[in-house]
Amino acid sequence: MKYVTEFRNSEAIKSLSAYLHKISNKEITIMEVCGSHTMSVHRFGIHDLLPEHIHLISGPGCPVCVTSIDFMDKAIALARLPNTIITTFGDLIKVPGSTSSLEKERANGADIRIVFSINEALEMAERYPDKEIVFLAIGFETTTPPTAAGVLRAHSSGIKNFSILSAHKIMPPPMQALIEEGIPIDGFLAPGHVSTITGIEMYRFIPEKFRKGVVVSGFEPTDILQSVIMLVQQFEKQEPNVEIQYRRVVKPEGNIKAMQMIEEVFEVTSANWRGLGNLPNSALQLKKRYAHFDAEKKFQISLDAPHEPKGCICGLILKGLRTPPQCTLFGKLCTPDNPVGACMVSSEGACNVFYRYKK
Amino acid sequence: MCLSIPAKVEEIKGNEAIVNLSGNKLKIALDLLDEVNIGEYVLVHAGYAIQKIDEHEAEETLRLIRMLEEEEK
Ligand code: SF4
Repeated sequence: MKYVTEFRNSEAIKSLSAYLHKISNKEITIMEVCGSHTMSVHRFGIHDLLPEHIHLISGPGCPVCVTSIDFMDKAIALARLPNTIITTFGDLIKVPGSTSSLEKERANGADIRIVFSINEALEMAERYPDKEIVFLAIGFETTTPPTAAGVLRAHSSGIKNFSILSAHKIMPPPMQALIEEGIPIDGFLAPGHVSTITGIEMYRFIPEKFRKGVVVSGFEPTDILQSVIMLVQQFEKQEPNVEIQYRRVVKPEGNIKAMQMIEEVFEVTSANWRGLGNLPNSALQLKKRYAHFDAEKKFQISLDAPHEPKGCICGLILKGLRTPPQCTLFGKLCTPDNPVGACMVSSEGACNVFYRYKK
Repeated sequence: MCLSIPAKVEEIKGNEAIVNLSGNKLKIALDLLDEVNIGEYVLVHAGYAIQKIDEHEAEETLRLIRMLEEEEK
């Protein structure tokens, strides 16, 4: 496919790797923040193309993985309400809550449907006027604009039986939290599709305040290698900066129309992140004007105190402090078919990726 | 989750477009972009086009990669 095959050219991959071996001298640790990058890194065997002293570690950019367990508990409680259809991206179906999962609830008769877009949920709301349709809205800045656009569509067509449970999150706060916690990171391979929306200025504080480089990268093997080259060059010259490698999609200013829609519909709030705890200004909730689409306000749900799965070290993995094989449950008690923690569920979760690519 | 896929716009009706995604036709929403034209490539995420793909910049990136390749030879 156009814009894919050209960036998977094996000759180019080899030369980029050779070039990197030539220019890189110092030990350097780069965090690939985004779960889609973790997936590409393993799928294309990027670790084997890097000199030994370049360490790539996975970060907190898998939305399913960082979503706290009480979000799943809320979704499960909503699924148990009568006359309600839960609509969700496929990734969330198997994520364990404190005592159940959406998959188990579905087996018990709850109406839970996998959708590809919020617009399918809106169509359902029109098709089933007697039912309540709840859309589970998770994801970073990439996924927030479609949710915002969907809410605006619901608003303008006066749809009443539709609401969202929002766990939309913002990328820079967890990156800052990791640096402040002292996790040894020299540079960030930043998520390409987040910056497609936000642009790059939101990362400026990272080189300015913390002297670490940021390169917004595409997802093909040559993209990733080129981005690593850019980070190594910044690092060796001691000139940390924010740069875009993924120029065919990312503009420095992002997608202004999409940002305006987010701004119209959502406001910033704090949120619990798995592994990172409560981070101020790291998540989005519906503004007052659209609060009638907020499932948490619309329905009375009561929850027991959440509890995390025993033995799961997903939180440490999301901070780059452990790798999946260091979890005693990995591949034994915890597998993609039978996940104990969220990091094994999502196809972008580090545990799931390690399991599939046996690394 | 943040996976987004390049697809070619084949039809446009108001706020919606039909795109070709490796041979599969898919209906997507255009709410997040101004001025999309038939024949252009867009990046599709969760049923919405989130950005146009800049052909010129794609070529430029490939050119840079080829330059590094040359340096290696
Ligand atoms: S392997 Fe399973 S239990 Fe272990 S950290 Fe990963 S998700 Fe948690």
